[in-house]
Amino acid sequence: MSTAPTAVQPLPRGSLAQSVGRRARDWVPAVLVFVVGITLWEGLVRGLDVERFLLPPLSDILQTFWDSRDTFVSAGWFTFKEALGGFVLGSLAGIVVALVLARWRPLGSALMPYAIAANAIPIIAFAPITNNWFGILSPASKIVIAAVICFFPVMINTLRGLTSVPPEAVELMRSYAARERDIFRRVRFPHALPFIFSALKVATVLAMIGAIVGDYFGGSDQALGILIRRSAGIFAFEEAWAAILVACVLGIVFYGMVALVERLTMGWHVSARGKE
Amino acid sequence: MSERTPVVSLRNVHKQFGRGGVVALEGIDLEVEAGEFISLIGPSGCGKSTLLRVVGDLTDPSGGEVVVNGKPARKARIDRDYGIVFQDAVLYDWRTVAKNIALPLEMLGWDRKRRAQRVEEMLELVELSGFESHHPWQLSGGMQQRVAIARALSFDPALLLMDEPFGALDEMTRERLNMELLRIWEQAESTILFVTHSIAEAVFLSTRIVVMSPRPGRISDIVAVDLPRPRSVETREEPRFFELVTQVRELLRAGGAEAAIEAEEVEA
Repeated sequence: MSTAPTAVQPLPRGSLAQSVGRRARDWVPAVLVFVVGITLWEGLVRGLDVERFLLPPLSDILQTFWDSRDTFVSAGWFTFKEALGGFVLGSLAGIVVALVLARWRPLGSALMPYAIAANAIPIIAFAPITNNWFGILSPASKIVIAAVICFFPVMINTLRGLTSVPPEAVELMRSYAARERDIFRRVRFPHALPFIFSALKVATVLAMIGAIVGDYFGGSDQALGILIRRSAGIFAFEEAWAAILVACVLGIVFYGMVALVERLTMGWHVSARGKE
Repeated sequence: MSERTPVVSLRNVHKQFGRGGVVALEGIDLEVEAGEFISLIGPSGCGKSTLLRVVGDLTDPSGGEVVVNGKPARKARIDRDYGIVFQDAVLYDWRTVAKNIALPLEMLGWDRKRRAQRVEEMLELVELSGFESHHPWQLSGGMQQRVAIARALSFDPALLLMDEPFGALDEMTRERLNMELLRIWEQAESTILFVTHSIAEAVFLSTRIVVMSPRPGRISDIVAVDLPRPRSVETREEPRFFELVTQVRELLRAGGAEAAIEAEEVEA
């Protein structure tokens, strides 16, 4: 027998209470900043008597939200569905196209310059056009905007992940006589997952922006973007702000959901290894 | 496989990178018998890694004949006749140790039960039992390299190709893994083609040492290592060991690799 192997043990795990305690300590500064920020907002706006159209006090905004919470929640849900639809369509298309381009490289190098150029187009500019295509009241026009906005970052990041596999990792697979399909499934795709997830997180935000700004160019009465635009137009600033807060919360929840899926599927990845 | 078929047979192998490019290999003739442990040694740029890649069908030779197990290299690769270990362990981060070792077996279409059983045997062979559900990043460099060796041997290839597998490890770990590799080689009855630029490592491990010279890469000499087996820690202290180290060093120097060998002397 040789000398005992020097084992590197898995991350030290204390008791649950300890780990919760440590987590809580990590959160203290952030919570503090939140409380101070809110207090400053409320205090300064009231103390300096800031005009309502500049920034209403937070408590008024929350009050407005609470008074017509049904409207806000249903508008939020309506727009969130648009964003989610666009996110799913655009991201799926992005991943599929990246797989095709990575599999057939000549095709990839023929199309890549155009993809990069198209990525620079301010897609939101097309919103009035998609309204014409799908009908101004139809959610489809917003879904398309959100989908197109999500498509490029997801496609480009996925492609980079698929093609940045170390050559030796592929050579090993070749020495096992693996087919191209196996190399994609077992090496390239798992290698690309971290790239895909960081793109998906960006895409959640983009999808919300696409859906809401898409609404600004006209849309259903039930949509959040319309609610914001109309409230601001009739000097109902508390309402506009309440709708914006709803959009913020939805954006954060959306992002958080993707981040959660990432953590669940990629426990092996560096980002999930903890600090110790 | 009959005893007489060499595991590797190279005839007049050439390799040039691009037209008018660097000639990496020229006129390489070599036969490796079953059960041999052959080291390829030479200064950087002598084509030893390229030669290994040609044998493994990872790159095509520009000329000559490469026969592995009586078959063309390509056919041998598709028949999974060799396992490869690189300088980096190249473990797949998203797979546990057990699943890394099982990957070639999945490609072979083995069922779960058979895979699990083989993984257990391999872990025992490289003395990593109990680490099956660890992820690669939880292991030290030496342990990772042992997982890579277990993976390369899991499907029982006729030939093991190793490209400076211990080059990135510290001297203590390297010497310990040298011992382990010899034990594994004897236990698994495999044939090994081993690239290194440590003279001491080559002498300690090999049945024969192939000394190469650079630009263009050629075999300048072949040294049969007559140190008794089993080799042990004491082997490195025997006079014959030092004689062989000196012999190889002088051959390398004669091959016109002065500068590269200076660095080697410091190391050895």
